[in-house]
Amino acid sequence: MRCFSMQLPKGKKHNWQGAAAVLTLAAVLAGTLYAFFYLRHDPTLTNMSGRLQGMSLKHPLGTDHLGRDVLTRLFLGGQQTIGSSFLALLAALAIGIPSGLIAGFKRGWVDRVFMRIADGFLAFPDTIVAIVLSGLLGPGIGNLVLAIVMVKWVSYARLVRSTVLSESQKEYVLIARINGLSARKIMCKHLFPHIAGNVLVLASLDLGKIILLISSLSYIGLGAQPPTPEWGAMLNDARPYFQSMPALMIYPGLAIVLVVLLANMLGDYLYDRFDVKRRGSHDFIR
Amino acid sequence: MKLLAVQQLTKSYSGGKAAVNDVSFELDKGECLGLVGESGCGKSTLARCLLRIESIDSGSIRFKGEAIERHTERQLYPYRKQMQIVFQNPSAALNPKLKIKDSLIDPYEQYRKELKPAHFSYTSKTAFVKQLLEAVELPEDLANRYPHELSGGQKQRVTIARAISIEPELIVLDEPTASLDVLSQGAVLDLLTELQRTLGLSYLFISHDLAAVQKMSQRIIVMKEGKLVDQFSREQLRAEERHSYTKELISIF
Repeated sequence: MRCFSMQLPKGKKHNWQGAAAVLTLAAVLAGTLYAFFYLRHDPTLTNMSGRLQGMSLKHPLGTDHLGRDVLTRLFLGGQQTIGSSFLALLAALAIGIPSGLIAGFKRGWVDRVFMRIADGFLAFPDTIVAIVLSGLLGPGIGNLVLAIVMVKWVSYARLVRSTVLSESQKEYVLIARINGLSARKIMCKHLFPHIAGNVLVLASLDLGKIILLISSLSYIGLGAQPPTPEWGAMLNDARPYFQSMPALMIYPGLAIVLVVLLANMLGDYLYDRFDVKRRGSHDFIR
Repeated sequence: MKLLAVQQLTKSYSGGKAAVNDVSFELDKGECLGLVGESGCGKSTLARCLLRIESIDSGSIRFKGEAIERHTERQLYPYRKQMQIVFQNPSAALNPKLKIKDSLIDPYEQYRKELKPAHFSYTSKTAFVKQLLEAVELPEDLANRYPHELSGGQKQRVTIARAISIEPELIVLDEPTASLDVLSQGAVLDLLTELQRTLGLSYLFISHDLAAVQKMSQRIIVMKEGKLVDQFSREQLRAEERHSYTKELISIF
């Protein structure tokens, strides 16, 4: 079954921005994949005689305080950071979208129960949940992802719910009901296209925040555990050598800035693309 | 046997007075019954009750002799494909994110197993949609457009095409021309008359426009404040024994 169709207008203004963001993000991902398949160095192999080296042909970005290759660790760290951010985002979407759809469409007690649960989750700030979960389950990237999912799914569920609530009042949904379409079919065919754009925008803006969150929590030791490379953890490792080898902190720092910036650019671009008013498809609202 | 027989139908919304109060009427197969009344007199509520979108308080609705007023959604399923509705505002009745062809195909896809179509044959979705658009005199290339690219009259034709796609017995027309300009109004009314003839449809034509009702309907009923006040055939519209409210309506137009 074809579940939804999206219509993209031929806007020109922000094309370059979106294209640049997508291309660079793709390049970063390709780089991390390349590093994964064609490792020149073992990212965890320590070499105490070759520690804290500068740039060389063998180690393009030098080595860290345990003599490990920085470039390899940077790529693998990206894989860890971006990968777990995507994982957290997808899991939040997978929980948030269906629960928002069902709550908004069924209403009544289903909706009330859902709203109370959502309010409960919303009461905890993400950093606190992450710290508490690490305390309970032990630190690790998996628990960090779990904590982020627990906090983030609510915003998607609420966004989807509010859209579905307003769209369900429209007569086309009533007609679909008269025509005997099942609740599942109405949600997939008629309501999902209305939420896809909004969710995509929110998700791409959230991606940057999640990357920052994972890095910062790894920095304080709640995320990836040594010797796993991760950008936030690499920053932490490099902290004692800030005066002698500042580059060790600059590389992962730059990487985080770059990726978060790209994710936000992508979000801005998608926001413009899916902006309902510019598309002019809701002519009966105006 | 009457196609639709309504007995003492009453419906009130919580706390208010009855929106539809003790209404009884009958509708023959192939007939167009006009329902006239001013805004807020309960016409649309009556339509929604007939289609069982709204629950009713008391009274009975018989469709082809069977009482359907207490049917559950599952029991209603066989009747749903014989009754369709066209609403006043075609922009709200079409999903703005779906192409015309995807909106059009909804009822057919749902009921295809139970249907024995006489006028439209399904070979492919494209061909089927083309037939429907032809039936309502729209160019076939509209199939791939979105609702906001169409005019109000075109959109209303699309919702009519959707209603006839499963060849129902009864179509409730809830002020189908109220949101259209005068030229499109006439064209849509002509189209509805033509479709009634070729497809053998029955209409409950709801409107506040007495001229349109007179043009379309063989019989006319008049509602005022939820009650049925007058009932007569088209020829007797200007007869002396008409209810004072009917005379008032005539004098306005």
